[in-house]
This record gives sequence, structure tokens and C-alpha cells, in this order.
Amino acid sequence: MKSLTGKAFTDGMANKVEAKNIFKIFGSEPDRVFEMVSKGHSKADIHAETGQTIGVNDASFEVAEGEVFVVMGLSGSGKSTLVRMINGLIPPTRGQMMIDGVDVASCSAETLRKVRREKVAMVFQHFALFPHKTVIDNVAYGLKVKGLPAAERRERSLKALAQVGLEAYADSYPEELSGGMQQRVGLARGLATEPEILLMDEPFGALDPLIRRDMQLELLELQRSLKKTIVFITHDLNEALILGDKIAIMKDGSFVQVGTAEEIVGEPADEYVRAFTQDIDRSRVFEVAAIARPPLSIEIDAPVSDALARMEAENVDAMFVTDKGTLQGQVLYRGLSGASDPEALAQHLDPDFATVTPDAHLHELYGKAAAGRPIAVVDETGAFTGIVEPGDIFHQLVRGEEHESGQKRAATA
Amino acid sequence: MFSPSDLFEIPFGDWVDSAVKDWLVPNFRPFFRSLQAPISFVLDGLDGFLNAMPMLVFTAVLAFIAWRTAGRGVAIFTALALVFLDLIGVWGQTMTTLAMIVTAVFFCAVIGVPVGILAARSDRFLAILRPILDVMQTIPPFVYLVPIVMLFGVGTVPGVIATIIFALPPIVRLTNLGIRGVRADLVEAAYAFGSTPSQVLWEVQLPLAMRTIMAGLNQTLMMALSMAVIAALIGAGGLGLTVNTGLGRLDVGTAMEGGIGIVILAIILDRITQSFAERKAVATPSLAQTFRGFFKPSRMAARAADEKPA
Ligand SMILES: Nc1ncnc2c1ncn2[C@@H]1O[C@H](COP(=O)(O)OP(=O)(O)O)[C@@H](O)[C@H]1O
Ligand SMILES: [Mg+2]
Repeated sequence: MKSLTGKAFTDGMANKVEAKNIFKIFGSEPDRVFEMVSKGHSKADIHAETGQTIGVNDASFEVAEGEVFVVMGLSGSGKSTLVRMINGLIPPTRGQMMIDGVDVASCSAETLRKVRREKVAMVFQHFALFPHKTVIDNVAYGLKVKGLPAAERRERSLKALAQVGLEAYADSYPEELSGGMQQRVGLARGLATEPEILLMDEPFGALDPLIRRDMQLELLELQRSLKKTIVFITHDLNEALILGDKIAIMKDGSFVQVGTAEEIVGEPADEYVRAFTQDIDRSRVFEVAAIARPPLSIEIDAPVSDALARMEAENVDAMFVTDKGTLQGQVLYRGLSGASDPEALAQHLDPDFATVTPDAHLHELYGKAAAGRPIAVVDETGAFTGIVEPGDIFHQLVRGEEHESGQKRAATA
Repeated sequence: MFSPSDLFEIPFGDWVDSAVKDWLVPNFRPFFRSLQAPISFVLDGLDGFLNAMPMLVFTAVLAFIAWRTAGRGVAIFTALALVFLDLIGVWGQTMTTLAMIVTAVFFCAVIGVPVGILAARSDRFLAILRPILDVMQTIPPFVYLVPIVMLFGVGTVPGVIATIIFALPPIVRLTNLGIRGVRADLVEAAYAFGSTPSQVLWEVQLPLAMRTIMAGLNQTLMMALSMAVIAALIGAGGLGLTVNTGLGRLDVGTAMEGGIGIVILAIILDRITQSFAERKAVATPSLAQTFRGFFKPSRMAARAADEKPA
């Protein structure tokens, strides 16, 4: 649901970043490469024949205000080149890169500097902190370049450092900090100028897995209040799925699929994407809404025989009971079939049933599903919106693998 | 045995001779003369200042500088060595040589650092510059003494000019090297935050290249010192002149007096400038700390205890 609400929230807003048919060719004769590209030659062929490299091949995308756009792909697929074209560190060979309506691919050096100072900040894979400056001077760099007075620089940098929890280290040097702390400084440096857009090129790629996990959660936490427009580069699909409102999968400089986490994992566009999705934890991608069934229930004053008949018709073992639409409890087929007093459904009511919100991820259901009974889906307003059958959880989790083994079978046949 | 020179000879010497004598000297002499003005201004000022300074004051100042930059050992050596030079009677010559060296190194830095920066920024400029530097470094300095005399005359200033030409390459090379050696991702980060090229230079490239540039300055200084004797051949004074005089009279003692002076200056200046390149390697207690150290209660108590029995 996160991504859906994200969309609803951003639909009315302008796009912050808009790339239109962006190409980057590393080499002296791009025209020759373009000709080969239009004839459908591959990146490897073109490199073998011309010695030139296609960094980015016809990428188009939009990033709406407040959205986290993740670009994911193997090393060498053109992610760093792409993100550097957004702030003009690498000029595109062809195409337009609009930042708030300004084409950074064709604007003057002066305009480009203004965009970098005011709109777009960047966080780097290897932190790229200045070793000769203290932490606070690193954080203040963007403000200094803008020409702000020293006192204001210090005040705003301390604020940015506080956002990442490092105000105590303001006067240390970067080399005195751990990797995770250094990247927090990198993040604070990016936040200090209060840019609307944050570019992050594999920011957690150089960190240990546990610290990486912490940083991801911390970034999500920060983003909840800051609502920056973020372009996040990673080679780790799990990271992409955790952070991205929208994810683009890149291969050899082109986008092979752009979509939400559920779309990428649920319907991989091709074998390349599918290969990535194999190792990921599907229970952290899919939300309850994806597997919820309609809210089947019976009113509390209905006769027991009705309940039994409905359960038989729907082929279920348990059913929710409502009183004028509000959930009261659950009745089991087992309990009702031997009922001595066939009129009172209320007597067989089990008020101890599990509930879950529609935007919970499937892994949160494991404990609740252990009893083997259906789980009620209840939204933030308390409305009963659906039912999760325990069997559906596991069915959803193995779907990717079923496809996988089906393919193998087809291949061996 | 046949050799190509039996057929004809190339009058290479004549060509150079006429190029310098008939074209360069008559046309550009005033221009070259005007180049002397800033050098002689700095040199005369420095020479006058150093020679006017009382010997003990200078020794104290240089020993202090050595202490703050290179540590206590070098400071003690500096003080003792300078007193020694005074005792053997070459104080005045030492100051003149020092003035020449400092002037030459000053102009090397003023010219060399910007040229090195340009070379770091433009591959094409470096491609042109590199062979020129190679020639400057390999050509024996005796060879260009003659044109220098023709263009600038004889004396201390032409001597300094010869020294500048000889000592310039290392600082240019190492400035270029230092700036090119700054991590590319740091430069990229600086640009990503909207720096102008000159902000990148002052905020990131120069500070991070400073050690390498200082190593270049140290090399330039050492080369300048090694020119002291050669510069004396075209009329420069100082310790080089003492050496040459000794040489002319086959007076080993006098030559050695000049020689030892140059060696001592070289050691002191080398240690001090090397410590710039190595920064942080030496712990430098602040002046206040040191004075406080002198008057520590424990020390005073110890001294008081020493004095009592007497
Ligand atoms: N400056 C460059 N000159 C030539 N080729 C380059 C340059 N930068 C990147 N490339 C090539 O462009 C492709 C994309 O590189 P990059 O954007 O760094 O990939 P990623 O960040 O996804 O690992 C690679 O094949 C790489 O070799
Ligand atoms: Mg990369």
C-alpha cells in the first residue's frame, strides 16, 4: 500500500526530475555508436567493434516530488553515469535532463552551479569526505560555496548533523569516525543546503551488512519527515525494495523494467529481472492487500444452520461474526457442527481472533497464521475490509519458485 | 676512416652564436634587463636585512623556527652550527648566500606553483611543458651561464636568475603531480555542491596537494643551494665566492670554509622544509606549554633541592 498511497500523494505534484531519452556514450565518435544502436547491436558488440562504451542507452523517467526512485542493476550497468547526468557531473551525449523545468544538459555553467547549490545534493559511495576538513566543515561545504557567513554556516550544519545524530563529533576529523558514521556525515553534508533533490550513488554499498540495514531504516525514518525527492542507486534488490517507491532495473545502460516493488517481484519483465528476484525475501515485498479475500462474515443474530451452510458453500473452516458491521469474533465449523443449542451463534463466538492492517507485509503474519484460522484485515479506521486465509500466504510466497521450477521442468522435457 | 664531417660541417655553434648575439641580445636586452628589477628588489632588501640583523638574534630566530617545525634536535643543531659559522668567519657570506637562495626559491614558488596548477588542469599544456622541464633539468647549468651574462650582465642578480632557471622544475612538477593526485571523487564532490573551479582549487585541491608541493619546494631549495658555487662564477657573492676564491688560489682551507657553510645551510633548510612536507609527524608543543614546562613546580623544587647543599 505504501507505493499506492505514495502515488496518490504525488499525482497532483510536478515532476522534480524528468529525463527524456538520455544517452551517454564514452568515446570520440558517438554518431557511429548511435547508428549501431539504431540497428539493434548490443553494448558488447559495439564496444568490440568501435572501442566505445555505451554508458546509458535511451533512458527516460520521471521522479515526482517526495518520491524515492531507486535505480538498480549490476556493476557496469550505467547507474553511476545516469545519476551523474542528473546534476550534470557527466554531460549527456543526447537527450534532456529537466530539473524543475531547467535542462541541465544544455544550460550554462552558471545555471548549473545554481542548480547544484540550491536544488540537488549528492551522497557518494565512498563517502568522499574532505580529509583535511573537520566534520562540521565538511557538512558546511555546500553552504560555504554558496557564500553564507560563518555563523549561519555553523548553525545550519549543526542542525544537519543533529538530524543524523552526530552533533557530538562536529570537531572531529572524518578519519576518526567509523564507516557508518562517515556516511552519516556524507548524508548531513547533502542535507545541510536543504536541497529538494538528493542523489545517492550506492551510499551504503561500502558498509557492513548490519550497519547497512541500520542506515536504510534511518534513511526511511528521515524521509518520513523530510519528504525529499530521492534518486537512490543500488546493486542490491533487497535495498531497492525496502526504500523505493518506484524501482528501475538497469542492464547494459537501458531500463529493462520500471515499477513498484510488488510489480517487479510479482511480474518480472524478463529473465534478467527474474534472476534478481530469486534471492529476495518475498514476505517483505508483498503486503496483506495483495492476498486479502473479500470480508466474508455473518451477522450475530443469524441461525447456526445458516453459518454452517455458508461455510460449506465457501469451503472454509471458520467465519467472522459481525454485529451491524462491527467485528465481534470468529466461529469455527468444528464448534458449530456439534452445537446443542442451534439458535445461539453468540455462544460459540471466539472473541480471540487475529487482525492485521492492509499495508502490513506478509512476514508479519507468520505468528498470527500459526493457529491455522483466517485473519481479519482491519484498516486504520477500524473497518473490516478483508480476510487472509493462512494457506494464501504461503501460496503467494512460493509463486516465484513455482514459476522457476515450472521453467526447469519445461527445459528438461 | 670516412666520417660524415669530411663532406661538410654544420656550423651549429655559429648559428646559436648569431641567434643570441645578433638577434636575442640587441632586440630583447632591455626586456631582460627589466626582469631584473623585481629580483634585485627582493634580493637587496633581504640581503640588507639579514646582514644588518645581529648574529645572535638571527641564530635565535632560526633556531626557534627549527624547533617549532622540525623539533628540538634540529633546533639545537641549528644554534650550534650557526655559532660555528660565525666563529670560522663566514657569517656575512652565509647571510648573502641565504638571501640569494631565499630569493631564488621565492621566485621559483611564485612562478612554479601557478605553472604547475595550469599543467594539472590542462593535458595539452602539460604536453608542451614537460619537454621544456626535461631540458631545463638535464642541460648543464654552465651552458646557460654565457647567454645569461650576455643578457643580464654579471653580478649577484644574474646569479640568482641562473639559480631560478636551474631550480624551477621540481616545484612545477610536484605541484602538477600533487594536484593531479587529489582523489577524483573529492574533486567530483566539490563540484557536485556547486563549487566554481577556483573554489575547488582553493578548498580541495591545493590543501590536499600541499604536502607534495612542499616536497617540491624542498627539492627546489636543495637545487638552488647546489647552484651557489656555480652562480659565483658569474659574479654572485656569498659562500660560493669563498669556495671559488679558495679554488683559484688552491687554498684548501678557504674553500672548505665556504663549503662547510653551504653544507650547514643545506642541512638546516632541508630539515625545516621537509617538516612542512611531513606535517603532523613532529609533535609541536605550543609556546605557552613549553614555557609552562620550564616553570613546572617539580622542576623548581628539584632546582631548589640542588641549590640547598651549596
Ligand atoms: N569515464 C569513462 N570512460 C569510459 N567508459 C566509462 C567511463 N565511466 C564509465 N564508463 C563505462 O560505462 C559503463 C557504465 O559505468 P557506470 O555508470 O560506472 O556503471 P555502474 O555505476 O552501474 O557500475 C561501464 O561499462 C563503464 O566501463
Ligand atoms: Mg557505480
